[in-house]
Amino acid sequence: MSSTTVKNLVNQPYKYGFVTDIETDTIPRGLNEDIIRLISAKKNEPEFMLEFRLKAYKQWQKMTEPKWPHVEYPPIDYQDIIYYSAPKQSKEKLNSLDEVDPAILETFEKLGIPLSEQKRLANVNVAVDAIFDSVSIGTTFKEKLGEAGVIFCSISEALQEHPELVKKYLGTVVPVGDNYFAALNSAVFSDGSFVFIPKGVECPMELSTYFRINNGDTGQFERTLIIAEEGAKVSYLEGCTAPMYDSNQLHAAVVELIALDNADIKYSTVQNWYAGDENGKGGIYNFVTKRGLCQGVNSKISWTQVETGSAITWKYPSCVLIGDNSVGEFYSIALTNNKQQADTGTKMIHIGKNTRSTIISKGISAGKSKNSYRGLVKMGPKADGARNYSQCDSMLIGDTAEANTFPYIQADNDRAKVEHEASTSKIGEDQLFYFAQRGISEEDAVSMLVSGFCKDVLNELPMEFAAEADKLLSLKLEGSVG
Amino acid sequence: MSEVILSVKDLRASIDGKEILKGLNLEIKAGEVHAIMGRNGSGKSTFSKVLAGHPAYEVTGGDILYKGESILEKEPDERANEGIFLAFQYPIEIPGVSNLDFLRVAYNAKRKYHGEEEIDTFDFEDLVEEKLDVVKMNPSFLERSLNQGFSGGEKKRNEILQMALLEPSLSILDETDSGLDIDALRIVAEGVNQLATPENSSIVITHYQRLLNYIEPHFVHVMYDGQIVKTGTKELALELEERGYEFIDELVEVGA
Repeated sequence: MSSTTVKNLVNQPYKYGFVTDIETDTIPRGLNEDIIRLISAKKNEPEFMLEFRLKAYKQWQKMTEPKWPHVEYPPIDYQDIIYYSAPKQSKEKLNSLDEVDPAILETFEKLGIPLSEQKRLANVNVAVDAIFDSVSIGTTFKEKLGEAGVIFCSISEALQEHPELVKKYLGTVVPVGDNYFAALNSAVFSDGSFVFIPKGVECPMELSTYFRINNGDTGQFERTLIIAEEGAKVSYLEGCTAPMYDSNQLHAAVVELIALDNADIKYSTVQNWYAGDENGKGGIYNFVTKRGLCQGVNSKISWTQVETGSAITWKYPSCVLIGDNSVGEFYSIALTNNKQQADTGTKMIHIGKNTRSTIISKGISAGKSKNSYRGLVKMGPKADGARNYSQCDSMLIGDTAEANTFPYIQADNDRAKVEHEASTSKIGEDQLFYFAQRGISEEDAVSMLVSGFCKDVLNELPMEFAAEADKLLSLKLEGSVG
Repeated sequence: MSEVILSVKDLRASIDGKEILKGLNLEIKAGEVHAIMGRNGSGKSTFSKVLAGHPAYEVTGGDILYKGESILEKEPDERANEGIFLAFQYPIEIPGVSNLDFLRVAYNAKRKYHGEEEIDTFDFEDLVEEKLDVVKMNPSFLERSLNQGFSGGEKKRNEILQMALLEPSLSILDETDSGLDIDALRIVAEGVNQLATPENSSIVITHYQRLLNYIEPHFVHVMYDGQIVKTGTKELALELEERGYEFIDELVEVGA
């Protein structure tokens, strides 16, 4: 495409870039054992949790930052990060969400996530856990979920109310020393969501967590743990935004999913962290470890992600398919523009018999961005009859963006079947001219082309969010073709 | 006297610095069908793209007046919404965008441009189904991705369907006959004929006389090296068919 026709579609101002001015309880910068003890003490955690953190910290100190992702960034000074920052509360414990600082409620309202009792009525099918910097500020619909036996709360609260469940499952999918950022998260995580769906229960509504980074010097290290017991079923969605700062903020999360026999977990992400400006200044470093364990027979874990924000994205939501006949799915849209960099994909580890996995990845690169798909499909020696199907498509907008595909296949079983398809296309002058000749403006054309390209993945999102995600994609590309 | 739809004056245009149109003149009135013939590389397709405003071509001289106004400064989508329609020689395949959605967005873009209210999905479906008859298309085509996996004939019929829907004042058919078997050619040509009215006009670009058996032109122009070198009636097309383009070479040499 000529330089004049490809310039303007992601330069839409980031509308979530505001900062909320509130009093905070912030600990000193830097990381050491005392800081970890301080975080644990502030949260009044049981002893096992402190041990977990210290063990992770010891491992982290011996590890080095991974260099293999296809991304570039200056060294991170881990001693210059604030590991805990929480809004100050006048009372020790809030009785209801309506007692939360109005400035925070207003923040979430501006983000389109109303939390107060009256406002919530409009959105009755989704329960929300809202996380502001390091802490959960409240969870909606707790009572209604409780009637069904579903536990949905912040992980801090779960550590107080259900420590035995947290102790049993935390770190079983992503061990403390799994990788550099997971180890860091295990040492310092401040909050996150906890979901427990008991045996035979189908969760009566969508669950979601909304992550908001507000403080400019704070890292966000959240930890999410979802357990679906035998025959249980849940659909969970997370959304993320952050203000615009010139500096980079680190977001290193860990998500663990556990599905027992016949359980079904659907995990969807719409990620719109601040991506930095068009010259690559500022933005979130999104270094995330997400993994699901299909422990039981016939269990299913499905990841759907729409990644549009962050300066750098490094994440590989994965499935470990242990139970016979278990199913893993990964549907992904990763859109990069300007100077964004993404190295994202999945791992499907087939261990049990007749396990099946599907990978559909759609990468869109515009501006001067770099967008890489990296995926591993592993067929273990006992995975008789296992099957994988992977499809990785890339779309380039303009002449200066980069798209890469790094598929790794490791088959230790000759009775397993792996299929891989890949394609690269480009939104070019001729396509846009065809639309223009039918009277369709360039922006509408790009948004139709992109949503057409992403259709297979958008269809996997819960209905409430599919339209929103589609709109987000067009917004993000606004001005990338000009 | 009928209205002048298109008036092209001494038009010069180039791509990547290479001049393709070298002073082209043409006038088309409402109700007229003009055929443009000529060898490969004579500038026929370039002319159609320049009329529609393709960004790769630079107009270096002359003017294009559409309904009395210069359109050189107008964007391709504005020209389209003003009623200039190009039936492409190679319609683009667009995966994931349904034919029906594409048609609806195009139709509503035009309505919006003219300050009319957009029409909803249901009313639009009724409208489109009426138009399907023009090109004898099966409604199942509407659900498929735009042009994806369509045969050559299906793609061209789809172009004429869009033309039927958008009701342009000036249609440019760029080698619509290329790659069509005789049945498809007849369906396409009948579609074009049905859409002709005393108010609109069309330019039919073709290599062969064959299409002109079905779409009868009022004028036939021969292009040679970026100019129209000869204009006649449909007999000129027959003469070309008989004597080949060498006849034009001789003609140009004599003129020079």
